[in-house]
Amino acid sequence: MNMKRKTDKKNLAGTPTIDPGRRRFLGTIAAAAGVTLAPGVILYGIGVSKPVLARDLDVAVSGDVRWGMLIDLNLCDSGCNECVSACVEENALQGHGRPATDAQWIRKVDIHDPDTGLSQSLPVMCQHCAEPTCVDVCPTGASFKRADGIVLVDRHICIGCRYCMMACPYKARSFVHEELEDQKPHAPRGQGTVESCNMCVHRVDAGEQPACVEACGKNGGGAMLFGDLKNPDSEIAKRVASYATQQIRADLGLDPGVRYRNLR
Amino acid sequence: MTLRRISIVMVAVVMAWVCPHKAEAAAEKESTDNSVPLPVIARGQGENCVADTQFMRRNHMTMLRHQRDETMREGIRGNQYSLRDCIACHAVMGPDAMPVTVANPEHFCRSCHDYAAVNIDCFQCHASRPEPSVAAIE
Repeated sequence: MNMKRKTDKKNLAGTPTIDPGRRRFLGTIAAAAGVTLAPGVILYGIGVSKPVLARDLDVAVSGDVRWGMLIDLNLCDSGCNECVSACVEENALQGHGRPATDAQWIRKVDIHDPDTGLSQSLPVMCQHCAEPTCVDVCPTGASFKRADGIVLVDRHICIGCRYCMMACPYKARSFVHEELEDQKPHAPRGQGTVESCNMCVHRVDAGEQPACVEACGKNGGGAMLFGDLKNPDSEIAKRVASYATQQIRADLGLDPGVRYRNLR
Repeated sequence: MTLRRISIVMVAVVMAWVCPHKAEAAAEKESTDNSVPLPVIARGQGENCVADTQFMRRNHMTMLRHQRDETMREGIRGNQYSLRDCIACHAVMGPDAMPVTVANPEHFCRSCHDYAAVNIDCFQCHASRPEPSVAAIE
């Protein structure tokens, strides 16, 4: 009883503190209660099933949704760069031929295990963590997480200090060093601010998929799947429930919204 | 003599502000007599703006600022006062029949802000013209 009240209070405040140990403990207790008291009944599933594809644009996004991605690495070819070029095209991320400092919202990472000789390639972008470190460290409140789980930068109040870039374990953020021209109307970006993958929030709000997912389906291997992790009827929720998936650096307890399958 | 001339110019300036339709004629006149360049006020495409002209002149910045936070932080995109729509509706076409950017002094936002000596940073990040495909449709 006491424990339940505490949990509610945490949700109302809207600012959950990072305490993975406590969360694991609560999870264990809940799971144990589920097994011992009501075997075969999924207690968490009651009353949360809502299809949320066409959203009313006059209403704020809600926490009943959590946007996420699932990337099947068996379908991701190391030579394929479709997701990256789609992102560059969609958000007008024109570079200056300087890879060390050019903005990069998604990149292909090739990994190789010298013991077995296994090579894999995976797209890595902002992982849209449930407990984002970038939001924790931001001194102005510019880094924030939208109610539906998309992590964004408010460039109006970003001062370009780059703490978030230091804090992000996924190296997902970029700093814009140069003055920009010809930005897309849906993707404002400018000098002196930090930016990263926004899961194509303008597309998501319009009921579409992010550009990388669309490009991967059209011209790539169809490795990427986008959807609402909290909706049990969505394809992504069904898949993460039916087979093992991984989050990168899950040990950090940040609970990324981007999941990978067949990552070895 | 000089005083009378200044007063004539000032009357012209005031008239141009009150009657936007006369602005072009006044702008032509100013090129001959070295007065302050008047703003070129590009009319929107519809019959009227999202609010009364005088109200827009005084309050457009508040409207945009209020809505930007709702749109960005809460994902509310159905609102009426978006910078994107201002830009699309008040686009000024250049000689190449494409909308001009804020680099052009005739740009809708810039011409007035130059005149009022108000520096805005919107266009450091935001696009100052609609996407060519959108402009072509409208």
